[in-house]
Amino acid sequence: MKRHLLSAGDLTRDDAELVLSTAEEMRSLADRPIKKLPALRGRTVVNLFFEDSTRTRISFEAAAKRLSADVINFAAKGSSLSKGESLKDTALTLEAMGADAVVVRHGASGAPHRLAHSGWVRSSVVNAGDGTHEHPTQALLDAFTMWRHLGESRPGGLEGRRVAIVGDVLHSRVARSNALLLRILGVEVTLVAPPTLLPVGVETWPVETSYDLDGVLPKADAVMMLRVQRERMNGGFFPTPREYSRRYGLDARRMATLQDHTIVMHPGPMVRGMEITADVADSARSVIVEQVTNGVAVRMAVLYLLLGGSEPFETPADEAPPEGRAPQGPPEREGDE
Amino acid sequence: MCAQPQPAQQGASPIRTGRTVLDDRDIARALTRISHEILERNRGATDLVLLGIPSRGVPLAHRIAERIAAVEAYDVPVGSLDVTMYRDDLRLKPARALLPTEIPPGGVDGKVVVLVDDVLFSGRTIRSALDALNDVGRPSAVRLAVLVDRGHRDLPIRADFVGKNLPTSLVERVRLRVAEIDGADEVTIEETQE
Repeated sequence: MKRHLLSAGDLTRDDAELVLSTAEEMRSLADRPIKKLPALRGRTVVNLFFEDSTRTRISFEAAAKRLSADVINFAAKGSSLSKGESLKDTALTLEAMGADAVVVRHGASGAPHRLAHSGWVRSSVVNAGDGTHEHPTQALLDAFTMWRHLGESRPGGLEGRRVAIVGDVLHSRVARSNALLLRILGVEVTLVAPPTLLPVGVETWPVETSYDLDGVLPKADAVMMLRVQRERMNGGFFPTPREYSRRYGLDARRMATLQDHTIVMHPGPMVRGMEITADVADSARSVIVEQVTNGVAVRMAVLYLLLGGSEPFETPADEAPPEGRAPQGPPEREGDE
Repeated sequence: MCAQPQPAQQGASPIRTGRTVLDDRDIARALTRISHEILERNRGATDLVLLGIPSRGVPLAHRIAERIAAVEAYDVPVGSLDVTMYRDDLRLKPARALLPTEIPPGGVDGKVVVLVDDVLFSGRTIRSALDALNDVGRPSAVRLAVLVDRGHRDLPIRADFVGKNLPTSLVERVRLRVAEIDGADEVTIEETQE
């Protein structure tokens, strides 16, 4: 695994599966009397949020605290400095405080990449959402949720499963990260949206696209609804909310056409009545609340794998073992044999 | 799905550089004796919980439970306890994959927990296990069963039940292979190349 988690596309399949299996162990912690592990004792994790967020920031904070890390929340909202200056100055401050990991959310696409590769900080950088670009930990928690429902009991994991991502793909960092990660895990992704809400260049993504929700739903194993991000819209992307809702919203009638095992997901925040009706959001198929629970486990896994050792976990893809060396037992036991 | 105990050696063809000190029948006899000793010490099987330390300790814990069930007609709860995040050398090496921790449904509070491991060496794994157990609950007592004690302790820790005491030198490497993971049961001892 690389030192930073900036894009879901940076992960190899081994990396992604390691995060999922680690998250599975982290999730079992919720059933124990002491919901805390000592792995990151003495490490400092800074949550640097230039954009509003409740779910993601709280989730990262809970994850870091359950691993015994010290957490500093840095809300940079309202800064009067221009964005470039403010990011650099903030980065230098964090470096001076000795942060081991910086979890960053920024309205500008690419800000976490700049932070990671500018030489301003030595810490690991985790992208918690940048502009309309990527949100890799959301994609990991979505994949983890799908894996628990659709992949755990199958030999190939999620290989060959079909996922429909429906709605405002244009403004969605979640859709892009999911498309990249799910492809890595062998999932077939179909993006469903009105033509105005599909990004330019979507034909180069590893996905199918469709304008017809009713045609896609019966084949899907998971349906992920996206919020229409009206705060990022300043043009007429669709005639009226009512028309959008009729053509691309998930309601009880459409839900009835799904296969029995199909799950309904939403990264939140939901706008009930717009992209999803209340009866669907509260139905037995909906795993929306579970996604939040899984978010903490997945973020614990990411923080542990990046910060738990002297350097991030080495998967075989990063470093192939030298030829001819005697096969070793599992490496975690070598100190005691 | 993925990083769970992978057969480290492909199939049942381990490299035969080591000398076999215990074969499958020796291991079976040692485990039978350990099972009886545990019962004798505990005066029966009630309140016992066996926790194997992954990865090789877990199949050993299950085998001890089978033997206890055969003698006492009582199914002892068996689980596993991963100690990775409690290791004192966590920071000295790259991040490591976690192994499964499964605490039996009845928990460990007020029970007699027997930790089961393959080889007892420095004692650092057991110290980590005691710390990990502390976060899981409060057993009434903790005992330690190991298949091989090879000496060279770094910490004041000793085993209650030992399959075989094996005097070794520090340059030697003692390895257990178990059928469930490696395709065969044996304990070997080999010189390290360095």
